[in-house]
Amino acid sequence: MADTITVNETAYPTPDDPRVSLLDFLRQHIGLTGTKKGCDHGQCGACTVIVNGVRINSCLTLAAMHDGDSVTTIEGLGTPDEPSALQRAFLEHDGFQCGYCTPGQICSATAMLEEIAADWPSDASENLEGRIAISGEEIRERMSGNLCRCGAYANIVAAIEEVAAGGRS
Amino acid sequence: MRPFQYTRAPSLAEASNMTAGKDTLAIAGGTNLLDLMKLQVETPDQLADINRLGFAEIEDTDNGGLRLGALATNTETAVHPRVRSDYPVLSRAILAGATQQLRNKATNGGNLCQRTRCFYFTNIDQPCNKREPGSGCGAIDGIAKLHAILGTSDQCIATYPGDMAVALSALGATVHISGDKGERSVPVRDFHCLPGDTPWIENVLEPGEIITGIVLPAPVGGTQIYRKVRERSSYAFALVSVAAIIELTDGKFSRADLAFGGLAHKPWHDPRVGECLLGQPPSDALFDKAADILLENARGFGENDFKIPLTRRTLHAVLSQATEDAA
Repeated sequence: MADTITVNETAYPTPDDPRVSLLDFLRQHIGLTGTKKGCDHGQCGACTVIVNGVRINSCLTLAAMHDGDSVTTIEGLGTPDEPSALQRAFLEHDGFQCGYCTPGQICSATAMLEEIAADWPSDASENLEGRIAISGEEIRERMSGNLCRCGAYANIVAAIEEVAAGGRS
Repeated sequence: MRPFQYTRAPSLAEASNMTAGKDTLAIAGGTNLLDLMKLQVETPDQLADINRLGFAEIEDTDNGGLRLGALATNTETAVHPRVRSDYPVLSRAILAGATQQLRNKATNGGNLCQRTRCFYFTNIDQPCNKREPGSGCGAIDGIAKLHAILGTSDQCIATYPGDMAVALSALGATVHISGDKGERSVPVRDFHCLPGDTPWIENVLEPGEIITGIVLPAPVGGTQIYRKVRERSSYAFALVSVAAIIELTDGKFSRADLAFGGLAHKPWHDPRVGECLLGQPPSDALFDKAADILLENARGFGENDFKIPLTRRTLHAVLSQATEDAA
């Protein structure tokens, strides 16, 4: 059977050319252009997608390596009519200006909230064990792989804080 | 990226066969290798994907230690309950490196094998004895802020960039390796090489050898600290880092396992530094003596001259903090 990648619950055959990154596969082979190419070197986070439940840089992995994997992109998180909680919060808090980094920011933050829920520590955590206390410092550290050249960071953190607080209440 | 053939290695033995030649490289997480392939620093004819060969487990060893599968991700390692409780210096070191997205993909074996971030190595228009033997070293009289102050040669002043291996060095971990001649294990402290006249040789892996795991000895307790000094507070390589496992008994040092990142072509472990502390009560003079020993042969290259006093101060800060925490 041919290798397939499942993206937002639809299965697609993997590309023939092994050079195709997961990012280029999403954008150019199956037309899901929500995921963005920024640096193409894993430094900016614009290409962040969620693979088998964890966030990764789709530019630094080959599509051919993902046979059987399940990928969630920004298109799989919500729609204009039914945005996810984070998508709505980014709108309400002006968590962007140009919007180019936003799909990566939101995919990253979506997975990050799961990591906090699982009490995975970060470099900013005072303790390695026990519950993680959500704070601006924690969010900034955990989101350091997503750059925003417009500098909308304050509003991005506010949007994530709001959703994180909701999830804990 | 240059064209290459992609093959999913069907077995560890086959992966060894494939990578025994120069033209095939093993790929695990790929976060460093694919980056270097895009830059054409690496131009393999074939990639052998080893991701589905197993050895991704993290499991207890018979003597109370912990075996970290080479294909376990950095994240899986850093958040593992036993790593967090028994080897906190390792969790801290991993969490201080890269970003969550990269740590989620990067593997333990790949982390050990990652290449330097020297600007001359990663730019194919620049001279680099590591990338192109005999072409010269651009960094020695060039942009050298990130570069080494210990163990350098006139061929190469690059640093090993990782954090994880610095903690593994302090912990005295062992690298398990499989190849066509069988299996062997190498202490992490001996795994990486100094540049010497062969800066392209970065570790002891022979062609066809693949890391299968990293074994941590039984936990030693103590106060464990990983202190990383960098130019911004997240997602930056270490200028200087210190991994420390410190214990005081009756007010005197009874354990002082120390390793340093950002200083050399390998995680730096000089047993004399810890030994000079043992049996002594903490004092500023003692910490200075430890720094004197560590930096005895340190040499700056202009832009990185600051690393010498910075290392002294970082060691001082870590020992002061450890002493207070342990008291």
